[in-house]
Amino acid sequence: MDFILSNILPLLVLAPVVGMLLVLLAPADQPRLIKWGSIAFSLIPLALSIVMWAGYNQAQAGFQFEQQATWFPQINSSFHVGVDGISIPLIVLCALLTPLSMLMSLSIQKGVKAFFALFFLLEAAVIGCFVSLDLILFFLFFEFSLVPMFFLINQWGGLNKRYASFKFILYTMAASLGMLLAIQVVGLASKSFDIVYLFSPAGRPFTGANQVNLLVQNPDIWKGVAFFAFGLAFALKLPIWPFHTWLPDAHTEAPTGGSMMLAGILLKLGGYGFLRLVIPLFPDAAAQFAPVLAVLAFVSIVLGAFAAWGQNDFKKLVAYSSINHMGFVALGVASAALYFGGKAVTGLDANIAASGAVFQMVTHGLSSAAMFALVGVVYERSHTRDLTKYGGLWSIMPLYGGILLFCSIGSLGLPGLSGFVSEFMVTRGAWPAFTLLTILSMAGLLVTGIYILKALQKVLHGPLGEEWRHHRLPDINIPEILAVAPLMVAMLVLGIYPSLVLNLINVGVVRLFQ
Amino acid sequence: MTKELLGTLTWLAPLPPLLSFAVIALFTNRNRQTSSTIAVLAMLASLVLSFIVLFNALGMPDLGSAPIRGVPYRFLPTGDSTFDIGVAVDPLGATFLFMVPLTCTLIFIYSIGYMASDPLYARFFAFLSLFGGSMMGFVVSDNLLMLFVFWELMGFCSYALIGFFYRKPSAYKAAVKAFMTTRVGDMLLLLGIVYLYTQTGTLNFFSVLHDGKVLATLAGTPAVLGLGISAAGLIAILIFGGTVGKSAQFPLHVWLPDAMEGPTPVSAMIHAATMVSAGIFLLLRFFPLLQAGGRDNPAFIVVGVIGAITAFMGATIAVAQYDIKRVLAFSTISQLGFMVAAVGIGAYTAAVFHLLAHAFFKSLLFLSSGSVIHGVEHGHEHAHGHEHAEAHAGEHAHAADETPQPEFDAQDMRNMGGLRKRMPITFLAFLAGGLALAGFPLITAGFWSKDEILADAFHGLTQGSWISSLVFIVLAVSALLTAFYIGRQICLTFFGQPRTEAAANATESVPTMTFPLIVLAVFAIFFGFVSVPPDFPVLGPLFGSAAGWLKNFAATQLVELQAFKEEAVHFNAIPLLTSLVVALGGLGLGWLVYGQKPLQAGQADPVEKLGGLFKFLHNRWYFDELYRAIFINPLQAIADNYTRIVDKGVIDWFLEGVYKAGVVIARGLREFDRVVITGGSDLIGNTVRSIGREGRELQSGQVQNYLLSALIAAVVLMVFFLVVLAQ
Repeated sequence: MDFILSNILPLLVLAPVVGMLLVLLAPADQPRLIKWGSIAFSLIPLALSIVMWAGYNQAQAGFQFEQQATWFPQINSSFHVGVDGISIPLIVLCALLTPLSMLMSLSIQKGVKAFFALFFLLEAAVIGCFVSLDLILFFLFFEFSLVPMFFLINQWGGLNKRYASFKFILYTMAASLGMLLAIQVVGLASKSFDIVYLFSPAGRPFTGANQVNLLVQNPDIWKGVAFFAFGLAFALKLPIWPFHTWLPDAHTEAPTGGSMMLAGILLKLGGYGFLRLVIPLFPDAAAQFAPVLAVLAFVSIVLGAFAAWGQNDFKKLVAYSSINHMGFVALGVASAALYFGGKAVTGLDANIAASGAVFQMVTHGLSSAAMFALVGVVYERSHTRDLTKYGGLWSIMPLYGGILLFCSIGSLGLPGLSGFVSEFMVTRGAWPAFTLLTILSMAGLLVTGIYILKALQKVLHGPLGEEWRHHRLPDINIPEILAVAPLMVAMLVLGIYPSLVLNLINVGVVRLFQ
Repeated sequence: MTKELLGTLTWLAPLPPLLSFAVIALFTNRNRQTSSTIAVLAMLASLVLSFIVLFNALGMPDLGSAPIRGVPYRFLPTGDSTFDIGVAVDPLGATFLFMVPLTCTLIFIYSIGYMASDPLYARFFAFLSLFGGSMMGFVVSDNLLMLFVFWELMGFCSYALIGFFYRKPSAYKAAVKAFMTTRVGDMLLLLGIVYLYTQTGTLNFFSVLHDGKVLATLAGTPAVLGLGISAAGLIAILIFGGTVGKSAQFPLHVWLPDAMEGPTPVSAMIHAATMVSAGIFLLLRFFPLLQAGGRDNPAFIVVGVIGAITAFMGATIAVAQYDIKRVLAFSTISQLGFMVAAVGIGAYTAAVFHLLAHAFFKSLLFLSSGSVIHGVEHGHEHAHGHEHAEAHAGEHAHAADETPQPEFDAQDMRNMGGLRKRMPITFLAFLAGGLALAGFPLITAGFWSKDEILADAFHGLTQGSWISSLVFIVLAVSALLTAFYIGRQICLTFFGQPRTEAAANATESVPTMTFPLIVLAVFAIFFGFVSVPPDFPVLGPLFGSAAGWLKNFAATQLVELQAFKEEAVHFNAIPLLTSLVVALGGLGLGWLVYGQKPLQAGQADPVEKLGGLFKFLHNRWYFDELYRAIFINPLQAIADNYTRIVDKGVIDWFLEGVYKAGVVIARGLREFDRVVITGGSDLIGNTVRSIGREGRELQSGQVQNYLLSALIAAVVLMVFFLVVLAQ
């Protein structure tokens, strides 16, 4: 146990890799063994992540379970890992979503081995990203998470998979090239890639002694370049309007399990990047450009909702809902960033806004994964995602109807479920910073209600669709319930007892604004 | 009992129905009898808990300044502080602890009989429980956030229950309409909450509303965005936005009439025990904030004007409806307008009084009308036995897989008539409710409560307040219309001769349905005596110290807090005469037009003689059409076209253009490379070539190899980390 606790982060990254190797070694003619074996094995990282959560000392803020090993001493980059209140909830979320997404992938027929191996690789890369405390290491994992997702879409996706997968990888790679450049600039300025060192007064890039290391004598230009390069990479990942158009295609074409991971956890790298890197590394630039981010966040909230409303493809509707919901993450981040502009925002406001943003990432991870799973359930049976073709399914799939109702209102942000708490906190945090935008964003929340009810109505209500009177649609089955039920429980528990996670998030966030 | 124990009981009071929802949804949803029994017993348990708290609370003279409070629960950490939520019972809450569980329990019992033939009986009781439990939670909340949680849960329940017959397009459309319209108000309320929280750092009622300093600060702070009013005023108006949505005030009233698509017990829940009362409750809760800006401040005026418009509009529309439930729906809108207008002129206790009285007589009216519909449906079945399934398709649409549009409308009053003989209990119950609504003098609750509003408005009028004058005149006219339309309804439904075979064969309902009617009828008549004005001729002295009891009790909250005294209004004959004249005049007019010469089968209703005005009223002032044209259609157009025009048309067009340009440039460079620097290896050219090759491989199905190499590369990388780590 001591060994596990003292090496928990490397173990968390390596456990999925071991899972992947086991899958690769497994006999290819035993798909059932591979599927259920993978699901069973993926419980190990989940257990490890919970051990890490339980072992984190909340009374003592800051990075814990830190480990550092020499890696590239020539450029002052090391294998440095550690976690705090912002990363732990996201790691647990990732470890939770992996087995659930695998459960929703039981119907995969071709290339079972490769599929599940890629899933483990994806998990390792994402967890690696969240534990990294070194910019080079972070970048490596950040880029690496794209590869398995690319193949998941490209090989197991829907009709338009080639277009969607290439758009996804080209778009995100292009943006992260800028980030690589920015990381070089930061490294050049501070002579280190160590995140903890960069946060310290001595290491903060472009300040004090770190100004003179640059190629030109105007540090503001480099600072601006670095800030925008980071910001763009994360804005694209989040995604924020107008950098979002890769998302509806990628989400829609990905297989169900892939969509769950993509919406559930990969998008969170964007919000995480803002809070972990952009705000602490470039506080004044972040404050300066916070209004721009806030406006784009507002546009994402409103137009994401309108776009979702306009869809007749069930999966695309859910995909656009991510843009709507992640807009609240961006709004929270922008409001928190304004704290460093020394204006109307107090530490308390910034705290609530940033906590709300992190919590929104967690709750969106739960609800969007559940929604994509439920889209998968009905698609699996009806072989259509066209909302106009469903209708009245509640009468033949009563259990599915109840579960869809629950998850939809969770996604809608109904109080009592977790989505409300995070939206409330972001709204509260954003009010003093961007009053008018907060008011206008409520229009987005209104439209959120419309598209959720539209989906519910088209799928469940009305007379039973013509086709389904003869073509039997079985109700949701046990593995599918097992995949969604934990998410429902989590939404309910976090809706009633949010401090279960928020205490932890709060500990992490408080340090940002001291 | 100690206050601590009572506080714990207050925490427990909303729980049984909430648990009942969970138990029915998870475990007993296949068992009809068990489900309804659990729901009724749970509501009864909630009733008992509430009454224990209530009767203890009644004996506490200091309840206003020192309410019963439960141990708070730490909800959110916020930086170094926390956000706690809790429960409390103060005089306002106590009055609701009486009305809410009582009406809910009666509605639950009624539903056993009413829903007996519905296949989704268990689901109905599950949602009904959640609805009742949410209202209970709403009433005992001691802070705005918890209140909002239950408020929204009620919104969800109304959505689920209005759309309960989910196969009927009209039902799910009404459900969506109800949810979305009230959500407009909810968003305003949420903004009000956020603003209040930002300004004061707390959402606890007692820390904000009962602290004169906090209120004074809010009243002295200018509102955000340079709106020219005080923060207190803006917050109060935003919160009032929630009331406008939930309590169906103009201009968000349009959802309530459609809400009758739900089963009738749901209408009774929405119109009396829960939803609409919740909106008024919220407004009453925030009365001190309204008052912080002083008499006739902008917030008060907004509330008063909206209330007056709503009272008048609802009453006029109700006159020109044929559907028995739709008349009542518009009547609710109008009566809610009375309460809101009362708050707008500062008549706090009168609004409380009218709200409670209205809850009793309106749930009575809805349940009686449900009984009428049930009876007429049965009569229709009896008369046309073979059309059994079709007759039930009206309300109990689950019976048939398809829902044929029934030719016979069991809710249309023109298909009724003469029911007093066939359904005597229902008739007497409806009569009691109707007279109370009309404000029939002395012997009905509605008279006393409405009279109090008019008296307070007249008092304001004498002091020269224009808003009070407006409210007094508008409400007097509305009250006249009210008495007329309810007289019309009673005559059309119960008097004269049956106009259809269905009405002629109608049968009285089962005891589980009539019992709640009898209980509610007693309250509709006698509840008014809880607050007879002490200086009312004859009756006042007769009641002695019990006179004006409710007023005194409800007002303790205001009186004990020095800052907010409600002025004592002395008896004045003019408002009394006004309420006598309008009530009796309206009823008399109704009797003249519809009672003396009862409508015959096939004869046109006399109100249709109003011509264009009738059409305008019958079509509800064309609000639905207006909103469709100016809000819904344009927004729908944005939603339908946004993706095509912006995402695909502009953003993707641009990105794909960049991509294509890149490809062209790369090709050019490759040519340059091939032709000019022959044999040289140009990086870009190579890249392009390799991308092309890759594409071909993907298409030729060799991707497994590629994938495997990617995986091997990944493993090598990971092993590399491992080795490095081991150093």
